[in-house]
Amino acid sequence: MTQLALVIDLNVCVGCHACVTSCKEWNTSGVAGPLFDDNPYDANPTGTFFNRVQTFEIGTFPKTETVHFPKSCLHCEDPPCVPVCPTGASYKRREDGIVLVDYDKCIGCKYCSWACPYGAREIDEQQRVMKKCTLCVDRLYDASLPESERKPSCVLACPTQARIYGDIHDADSAASMAIRERGGYQLMPEWGTQPANHYLPRRKTELHIHADELVRSDNPLKKEDIRKGPSREVNLDDWMF
Amino acid sequence: MHPALSVIFLTTLIGAGQGLFLALFTGESYAAINIIPEQRHQFFAVGGLIVLMLLIAGLVASFFHLGHPERAWRAVTQWRTSWLSREVIILPLVMLLVALWSIAHYLEWNPTLLGMELGSEITLTLGAVTSAAVFLLYIATAMIYASIRFLREWASPLTVINFTLLGAASGFLLATAYATNYAQNLVNFYGGWAMILTLAAWFSRSAALIRNARLKPKSTIQSAIGIRHSQIAQKSMGMMGGSYNTREYFHGASRMVLRLIKWLALVLTFPLPLLLIWFGMSSDNAQLILIALFVQYLGLLFERWLFFAQANHPQNIYYQTVG
Repeated sequence: MTQLALVIDLNVCVGCHACVTSCKEWNTSGVAGPLFDDNPYDANPTGTFFNRVQTFEIGTFPKTETVHFPKSCLHCEDPPCVPVCPTGASYKRREDGIVLVDYDKCIGCKYCSWACPYGAREIDEQQRVMKKCTLCVDRLYDASLPESERKPSCVLACPTQARIYGDIHDADSAASMAIRERGGYQLMPEWGTQPANHYLPRRKTELHIHADELVRSDNPLKKEDIRKGPSREVNLDDWMF
Repeated sequence: MHPALSVIFLTTLIGAGQGLFLALFTGESYAAINIIPEQRHQFFAVGGLIVLMLLIAGLVASFFHLGHPERAWRAVTQWRTSWLSREVIILPLVMLLVALWSIAHYLEWNPTLLGMELGSEITLTLGAVTSAAVFLLYIATAMIYASIRFLREWASPLTVINFTLLGAASGFLLATAYATNYAQNLVNFYGGWAMILTLAAWFSRSAALIRNARLKPKSTIQSAIGIRHSQIAQKSMGMMGGSYNTREYFHGASRMVLRLIKWLALVLTFPLPLLLIWFGMSSDNAQLILIALFVQYLGLLFERWLFFAQANHPQNIYYQTVG
């Protein structure tokens, strides 16, 4: 079984909102019609988005850390939004685990959005149907795109590669390896929804060098000791640069 | 949650309609075993029509909650998993059964089977089946809310009990008001039941309010973003003009208004109608019963508003600070 998902690295997300704008751009131009925008150039602009970046401050000033937190549909393995749909418009694809809405079947009753603990679904107030992140399903299998671009729009847009896309049921995928080796975790595990999207925690990247490491026998820098000093001979580098 | 007027009217109107049917059928079956005086067929036929009108009014109100009401027929397909789908199936079924029962009464239908006159058996059987469907409809309506496990204010058997008792209480009160005009000898019977049901609903709704007040949220900001630290503050929710997430899941009323509505709901739904029914019955004053009916319905509107407003959706954790 395949379960496509995103793994979002909170350690490298800089909160630039590039994933938000690229998501909106791609998904407002697709076959499903535009994503609703109300008052885009006026006071209180609002509209439908599949992806948001939120910002949290951890700790008490001045000892704080800022965490940027991209938030979209988590494509749960046991999605509570799917069984509640009265029309079958909301469904989870068997072949790749993506949770989608059939916009032609949706009656806009909003029940699925109530049944999502993450608030991942937003109604499109113009088309009056429920919308949500599609994981750019219209990119993933598009043979007219180069292989390297058959990924969600947000993944391609991220300048820090904070978003890793892949099959989390394939143990060798980049996404699975990131979850396994870098402490990937799920949001609100208390509800048993088993979100497919995972998040990688913040890490402290500090370099510790002890004095003894500099003089240890296995230190490659030890070679400097037996070096005889720079050669005076002319070599190729002197000719080329 | 943001209380939607359409759903408030849907649940209160069909609740009262179902309750009125239960009242009518209780009257019919009690009369069949000669506990209370028998009524004319017309009393039940017109009563059934009122039930039908309430159910239709509720159905019409529900359509205002849909983005695409023209596709509503699709909602019958997922009855295996969705309580909403089950409600969509049972509501028209109840309407059909109530219509058949009313027509049988109106025509004073008395078919003969194997040379035996069936007489009242036919409406009694039909009424029993309809009553079963009415109870199923109460369960389906309430389970729409009670089945969402992380809306913990709703996810309790009390939700089903409250929807049933509140609907039945308002229905029996409506039957009392109806009887003051068309079946005076049943006023005390229906009024007594209306008081018992209102008392029972008072008890169970208070239990739900106490339960809600004691609930500890399961989801916290720590589990929502997966960071283990006691001091986490949102600095930006990612947008400044609001979104569906800020409109649909927050009731937007101040704490004062919420408390006011809670007390209005409690007083208007329970003690005030109880007193009015009591005085109305003891002084034979039909107007007091009618006032009780309207007071309780108004109280139920506040009660349903409170039901939605009190449900605290875990997604709200992500939308605490605009930025």
